[in-house]
Amino acid sequence: MTERYNLTVNTGREKDQSFVEKESAVIEGIDVSGRWNRMFVPREIQDYDLTNMHKLTAIPGAESMGWCYQCAQCMPACPVDTAGGDYGPRKIFRRLELGMDLLDSRDLWLCTTCANCLRVCPKEVDMIKIMPVARAAAVLEGNVPAELLEMFQNVAEYGNPMGQSARKRAAWIRKSDAEIRVLPKDPGPVDVLWFVGDFYAYHGRGVDAANAMARVFNALDVDFGVLGADERTDGDSQRLAGEPGLYEELAEHNIEQFKQHEHERIVVSGPHAYNAIKNEYPAMGGEFEVEHYTQFLADQIDELKPLLTGSFGNRKVTFHDPCYLGRHNGEYDAPRDLLEAVPDLDLIEMYRCKEQGYCCGGGGGGMWLDGFAAEQQSERLSENRVKEAVMVGADVLAVCCPYEVSRFEDAVKSTNNDGKLEVLDIIEILDQCMGA
Amino acid sequence: MSQDVLVVAEHGQGKFDDITFEMLGAGKALAAQTGGACVVALIGGSDLASQLGAADKVVTVDGEGLENFNPESHSAALAAIVESTSPRVVMIGYTSMGMDLASALSVKADMALAASCLEVQAGDTVTAVSQLYGGKLNVKTDLGAGPCVVSMLAGSSPADAGKGDGAPATETVAAPATDGKVRFVRLIEPEAGDVDITAQDILVAIGRGIGTKDDIEVAEELAEELDAAIAASRPIVDSGWLPKNRQVGKSGVKVTPKVYIALGISGAPEHIEGMKGAATIIAINTDKNAPIFNVAHYGMVEDLFDVCEELTEELQDR
Amino acid sequence: MNTVVLLKRVPDLVEDLEVDSSGTALDSEHLKLTLNEFDDHALEQALLLKEGGGGEVTAVALDSEDVDKMLFTALAKGADRALKITGTGAVNGTSELAEVFAQALGSVNYDLVLTGVQASDDIDGQLAPTVAAKLSVPCIEVITGVEAGDGSVTVHKEYAGGVLAEFEMTLPGVLGIQAAAQSPRYAPVSKVRQIQDSATLDEVAGAGGDNGKFSIVVMTPPETGEGAQMLESVEELIAVLDSKGVI
Repeated sequence: MTERYNLTVNTGREKDQSFVEKESAVIEGIDVSGRWNRMFVPREIQDYDLTNMHKLTAIPGAESMGWCYQCAQCMPACPVDTAGGDYGPRKIFRRLELGMDLLDSRDLWLCTTCANCLRVCPKEVDMIKIMPVARAAAVLEGNVPAELLEMFQNVAEYGNPMGQSARKRAAWIRKSDAEIRVLPKDPGPVDVLWFVGDFYAYHGRGVDAANAMARVFNALDVDFGVLGADERTDGDSQRLAGEPGLYEELAEHNIEQFKQHEHERIVVSGPHAYNAIKNEYPAMGGEFEVEHYTQFLADQIDELKPLLTGSFGNRKVTFHDPCYLGRHNGEYDAPRDLLEAVPDLDLIEMYRCKEQGYCCGGGGGGMWLDGFAAEQQSERLSENRVKEAVMVGADVLAVCCPYEVSRFEDAVKSTNNDGKLEVLDIIEILDQCMGA
Repeated sequence: MSQDVLVVAEHGQGKFDDITFEMLGAGKALAAQTGGACVVALIGGSDLASQLGAADKVVTVDGEGLENFNPESHSAALAAIVESTSPRVVMIGYTSMGMDLASALSVKADMALAASCLEVQAGDTVTAVSQLYGGKLNVKTDLGAGPCVVSMLAGSSPADAGKGDGAPATETVAAPATDGKVRFVRLIEPEAGDVDITAQDILVAIGRGIGTKDDIEVAEELAEELDAAIAASRPIVDSGWLPKNRQVGKSGVKVTPKVYIALGISGAPEHIEGMKGAATIIAINTDKNAPIFNVAHYGMVEDLFDVCEELTEELQDR
Repeated sequence: MNTVVLLKRVPDLVEDLEVDSSGTALDSEHLKLTLNEFDDHALEQALLLKEGGGGEVTAVALDSEDVDKMLFTALAKGADRALKITGTGAVNGTSELAEVFAQALGSVNYDLVLTGVQASDDIDGQLAPTVAAKLSVPCIEVITGVEAGDGSVTVHKEYAGGVLAEFEMTLPGVLGIQAAAQSPRYAPVSKVRQIQDSATLDEVAGAGGDNGKFSIVVMTPPETGEGAQMLESVEELIAVLDSKGVI
């Protein structure tokens, strides 16, 4: 057999060109043919026991965890790692290699499913799919942090995470100064079925926003109705936190209610309700036209503007993009359009905004893991965010997710920024400036 | 059936519990209505009979297996006393021991029963007011002419009315034999706690409204600022968030501080039993209908975290 | 050791309770029923005993609103069998309820019966000792610890002040559970739904009821006396603390 030789590629460097390689070469039984720098036996750093890795990636939906190639793009993107949580998809993958059982680990509960890692991941390791299914498996095994468990129990029993009477969901309406049609009592077609949500219905600061919304709707002559006590939690956070059965129960209930009352569109107060109804309810047989309230109002900006007769006093306002309105559903403009329509409002941006927006920590069930997460991190995500808002010189942190008002207000206090930064729902700002 | 009222004394470790004197006082008042005598059933511990001076008569049963409370042998002894005295009303404490006795007696002697009673009246029929539904409703029941059993809430009448220095006649009933299916083994004292909450001037007490274990910190910070100790209602202790020695109420301890601040405590009767003797009770709860506001002197319908944090800060600034 | 757990649904105290026009019953329109919290502990204790030493757990309940879901939840948590007692109509008080349970237990093979130490609507006494008396078996109330033995159990009964008494009880017998050794477990809804599709509830026709020896005269919210003086702000609260000489 004629021996054939390859000349190495021309790297432009003279010394490389002096290497001559045999096209086919066997030394001591090992085939070493190929380019000069080819590794001819696998380089073995360590023998890993990948049992727990395989246990995880065998769960339908969690396969992509195994695709990570440790590039670490996700690390600066992960809000939990940024808040001192020693966390992120890359670290989870590495710990799985080293034998961690994710289903029995703190790492299972820190992800807020904010999707900032997925934005930068070249391998599409999808924590948004991995976390709910892995958590569901852990919940089945009985591994759930107590705080979260209490939330599940409350929702299962009362249809709201606060464990409040289901009947009292409509209590705020009776005390409201706005005109609100409660569809179960006063049925008939409406243009807008307003899905109020838990925090707007039960939480003190949420009720402020709910009243503001009702007043704004009244001022715009919106033909709307609410489900009153027939509404239940949208289920998105329960699904993301690992209780798919509970999610299904809630979705079935709400879908049935939506179908009972003739409407043109559903308008929701919260990004999680928006995400659930838009992206998840269709698979449960519920196809509805749904808009987040900022989208609904931004579409009527021409009617809205003349009503905004008050002044916002030239206060500097920065806007926090909710993960489930922004990154998850691509809406960055509607909230900003509304804020820009407010007279004498100086809108400034934080460094981490829009596609790169920072997470408040409340998503993916994080709202009910606050104590758990705070113990694992050097600060809460909400505290990290509030510091940024203060840093850019904002007087007001504007939000449009019902979870966020109380989260950020707590963070303002705990970071000693009391009096420096006010947290307001966009609907409250609009209401304030209607000069009523 | 006689017109007598039989009060079942409760004692342990060589002394009567308060409930005994409370019922003795209430029993005497009831006996005045029925026209009968107020008789005390004293099972085990007949050496304590001299403390029952307010009674008209004391019936004792003593014997092997009666030194320590035993649901089986004490039930049998009580049945023997009831048979021999044939009372119209039997008063038993709505307590851990009383729960073992009242229902068993009611079934075996075929007597009507009202539990968790605040008061009992006797006319042609016996009526009782039971505190039920977590203290949200009082239910008045008619138990018929008698005989009947009432189990009395601790603290439903003053203990002083049941104390006296008379010398009631004492009668002894033979201890009946039992099957020995329940055997007393030992008493286990609670581990000595770091803090004796019964000896504190100020208590910051937390209940279910606290939400999670980590949130206890907020209350602890307030307690530190007030130089107070932390106490709790049953659910908090059952969850293992605080040790048993911090529990106020029926299965915990009775406290009488100068100031009792109840945070997120709804005010179930079992809890109120343990703290209503506090000189000043301040309740903070988001539910304006919480029964705690009925016993509190001051109330705030607010989120307990907001109040705690604000109060702690204000106090730090002083 | 085979354990039976008696589960009772009681008015949910999260709701405002309203008395109906007769003045002697709760307004059923606004009534929501929920599992008695102590019964949930009894179920947990039964499951722990089974996990520790084998045997079967049977959950028993009276037919009422949402009872199927409650029994399927018990199965999802690990109970082996669920028994629904049907056709009794309204049951008036603990004594009648105990009679119905005692009759139904005639068809069940059990060593130990567990139920909650008390319930918020126990007008005429607690279920555990009442059932035990009707079955003529021993009973101990206010139990916070259970250990299975050979033909007996060793238990801790709780007295005021946290003092515990240890007893040994020959089986069969009944225990009124105050608290299980751990908080009641959570049954994921997906598991409950799965069980709902695959398992069946056993049914037995209810018998008994002794038309309780009491009648309700009236139900009223407690007199609030003067009630609490309501404070509107932390400043007012500080003023109160100040006036009491504690700050």
